[in-house]
Amino acid sequence: MVTINGEEKNVQGKTVASYLNENGYDIKRVAVELNGDILPKSQYEGTALKDGDSVEIVSFVGGG
Amino acid sequence: MTREEWYNALEERQGAELVRRLSESCVAVCGLGGLGSNVAISLARAGVGTLWLFDFDRVDISNLHRQQYKISQLGMHKTDAMKELVSEINPYCNVITHTVRLTEENLSLVSDCDIVCECFDNAECKAMLVNTVAERYPDKYIVSASGMSGLHTGNTITTKKLGKRLYICGDGESDVKDDITLFAPRVMLCASHQANTVLRIIAGKFEV
Repeated sequence: MVTINGEEKNVQGKTVASYLNENGYDIKRVAVELNGDILPKSQYEGTALKDGDSVEIVSFVGGG
Repeated sequence: MTREEWYNALEERQGAELVRRLSESCVAVCGLGGLGSNVAISLARAGVGTLWLFDFDRVDISNLHRQQYKISQLGMHKTDAMKELVSEINPYCNVITHTVRLTEENLSLVSDCDIVCECFDNAECKAMLVNTVAERYPDKYIVSASGMSGLHTGNTITTKKLGKRLYICGDGESDVKDDITLFAPRVMLCASHQANTVLRIIAGKFEV
């Protein structure tokens, strides 16, 4: 299982990019923390989620 | 007011050690709208030694409802207007201005600062700044903001920490495109979370 924003999900094996796309995230508006580090955008396609991974996805909204 | 008088007044309240740390710190404020104008003034009041201010825009009448500018500053670049306001509060804060739109191409402009405050209004620009600074400058602290529009309760504005050096303030969801507008108090709550986080980082308090 992979913990994403506090919820356990059965998504191991998927890449970060495919998880974001399948769950309606706009990749241009997100920042992703994987196991305590900010994952560079260039690594979204090549990073597969593994059992036990912890992910936080922040989707920025406008206003400031 | 001499430099000595200013620093003595700060030291009486904050203690000499924290005043020294603050005066040696360098903070970038990226965007000088509702968030950035409030962040910059809070940091100047607290005694941050050097502020780097970034914005491409000019003060407009539509800014006065939530940003720190005055009628007398309409039409000025926000960088120049904020430098003027800071000089009237803390003339011993060293203010460096860049009247530019920050992009991936020119983000090296923030490279001299220890802490980078993301104070943009556009969601894609926010994500660009956070991701680019985190990737290129992994030793910098980033204090960002997301979700402070509308007249929702103030109690949902919080500070979260991601990774070791990224902090995100706001409620995470109220988008100005849904709420149509922003109001000064809620934006200032979020800006105050950002400024407070910056001061805590400088003081060596890294948890939220």
